[in-house]
Amino acid sequence: MGDTGQGIITEERALTPLDPAHIKMLRLQAAIAAVPFAIGSLVLESANLLPMGAFFVPFVLAAAWLIARVPLRRHAARGYDLGADRLRVVRGLLFRSDTVVPFGRVQHIDVTQGPLERMFGLATLVVHTAGTHNASVALPGLAQADAASMRESIRAHIKRETL
Amino acid sequence: MSDVPEGAQPEATADGPRRTAPLGIVVGALGDIRKSVIPAIAGAYGLRDQFSGLGMIAGVAVLAVAIGIAVAVVRWLRTTYTVGAEDIRLEAGVLSRTARAVPYERIQDVSLEQPLLARALGLAQVRFETGAGGGDEIALAYLPLAEGERLRELVRERKDDDIAEDAALVPAAEAAAGEVLFAMPPRRLATFGLFEFSLAAFAVAAGAAQQFDEFLPIDIWDGDTWRELLGANADRVAALGPLAQAAAIAAAIGSLMVIGFATGLARTFTRDWGFMLTRTAKGFRRQRGLFTKTDVVMPAHRVQAIAIRTRLLRRLFGWHGLKFVSLAQDAGSGSHVVAPFARLDEIAPIASAAGFALPGDGIEWRRPATRAFVDGAVVGSLVPIVIAVGLLFSPAPLAAALPLLALPVIALGQYFRWRRARHAIDARQIYARQGWLAPSIDIANRVKLQSVEIAQGPLARRGNYATLRLGLAGGTLSFEAVPLSDARRIRAAVLDSITGVDFSRLNSG
Repeated sequence: MGDTGQGIITEERALTPLDPAHIKMLRLQAAIAAVPFAIGSLVLESANLLPMGAFFVPFVLAAAWLIARVPLRRHAARGYDLGADRLRVVRGLLFRSDTVVPFGRVQHIDVTQGPLERMFGLATLVVHTAGTHNASVALPGLAQADAASMRESIRAHIKRETL
Repeated sequence: MSDVPEGAQPEATADGPRRTAPLGIVVGALGDIRKSVIPAIAGAYGLRDQFSGLGMIAGVAVLAVAIGIAVAVVRWLRTTYTVGAEDIRLEAGVLSRTARAVPYERIQDVSLEQPLLARALGLAQVRFETGAGGGDEIALAYLPLAEGERLRELVRERKDDDIAEDAALVPAAEAAAGEVLFAMPPRRLATFGLFEFSLAAFAVAAGAAQQFDEFLPIDIWDGDTWRELLGANADRVAALGPLAQAAAIAAAIGSLMVIGFATGLARTFTRDWGFMLTRTAKGFRRQRGLFTKTDVVMPAHRVQAIAIRTRLLRRLFGWHGLKFVSLAQDAGSGSHVVAPFARLDEIAPIASAAGFALPGDGIEWRRPATRAFVDGAVVGSLVPIVIAVGLLFSPAPLAAALPLLALPVIALGQYFRWRRARHAIDARQIYARQGWLAPSIDIANRVKLQSVEIAQGPLARRGNYATLRLGLAGGTLSFEAVPLSDARRIRAAVLDSITGVDFSRLNSG
């Protein structure tokens, strides 16, 4: 115990980036989210309220930024570090959060896959703790095989509770 | 059917399913009837035109009683519990059956609760807290008190392994088994009651008067009614001049004060009468209650953190309250009140019995980042400023000055929050103190924390500060506006503590 430098070393360890397919998935998510706005802007265009393109052009620019640029930055902002005895998850572009869960405090582990994730061969690793804050820490955008192997290595660390 | 023998069988492990106490049907039925009274009244009131009033009400009441008794009997018939070697099992449910098994080692605490009627019949509700959250615990209503106490002893014996580990943590307190740590004599209760001043009763009365005003013979919201009631006196009161009016206002305020103090006293006395916290060999035991008596036992090693709370006025007189944070629930709130109203030097021994130390003189308190509170004041000021700008262009531009009056208040508030907030960490514990008028102190054991998060919003990133959130089983512990370097240092230290200990044995799951 005591303030050894171990944690600080963890601090400086480079984060492992998420799977590159995660960017594609974020792009697809953004594109799907843009569909209602596309329809809305086309409807407003057809109503002839303002000169031609007054709704559609800003929409296309915003959508292009959200689909092409933002997923790159979101992907770059995320990362994880699987240490010897702890998992560190970093996420958030505007609101950054940097969570560390020691394996010894993990209650159970989930690997989940949504339909989009399945399409790209990705999975989300969810680590549950007993704490009220961070009762479950999710790490999305892992390659499915990586998520499964991470689950196994965390599970190997969790000692069985005494009976 | 095998009735529960009162504390007879010493070895109940081989027993089959048992029923709860038959007398419990009476208590249960009365509860059901009480619940059906209001619907019955509502029904009778809704149909009052079709039927003659009294007969209708009587009919509905009889029906409510009959249903209440029937439900209670069926429920009693369908509820059994089994005290096994490894766990306690409960089977209940009239239409949909539930079978629940709780292993002894997962039981956080056992509480006995005795509402007035159950108490008169010598019964108690026994509840096994698991900390699973929601309604996921076993509650047996009602068992004879002796049987309840026997079950509690049984659960404790089954958990002796856990206790041995606990003893290592708290060797000093272990020696003095059954020692009374804290009690509230009537004098203390009276002082506490005065500080619990509350106008809730008055508000309820006023609300009820408004709700049911059509039943009242007079229209209380109409000034004319009162004038008529007072009759000629009204003119006389008016004629008496400002002195008498001032006296009347003083009398009104005085009666409000009396109501407020009386409410506080009555509440405090009913809730905390006979408050006693004992340190037994196997945990903490708390008894309290005037009409509804409760008796809770919690193992000391289940205490995850302690929280010291106070309020503005009582703080000036040196009064504080102490709570234990654990996974178990206490009457709806997340933590167990172990000393509702005490001096700090009374709180210290209770805390040390649970393995916690209050912040001493040698502790190195650290202040939060000043920048965060400046940011807070700036962001908080935006709303009044926007309103003021809006008013400038309104027909009354002079009114724009009014919202600006809020600015000094906001600034002062942030200043006080900055002054009060501080945090510290020592070899074993982590301390957080925050709050504007009445600072609260949270103390957690470093080893018992679950996770560490450093969170930063856009402003925090610019200002180089962060919110540090520590995962705590059964409670929350977060530090606002910690300088980033401090947050990293605390995180590294806490993580070292957590990973350096054979965690699986400490996990309270």
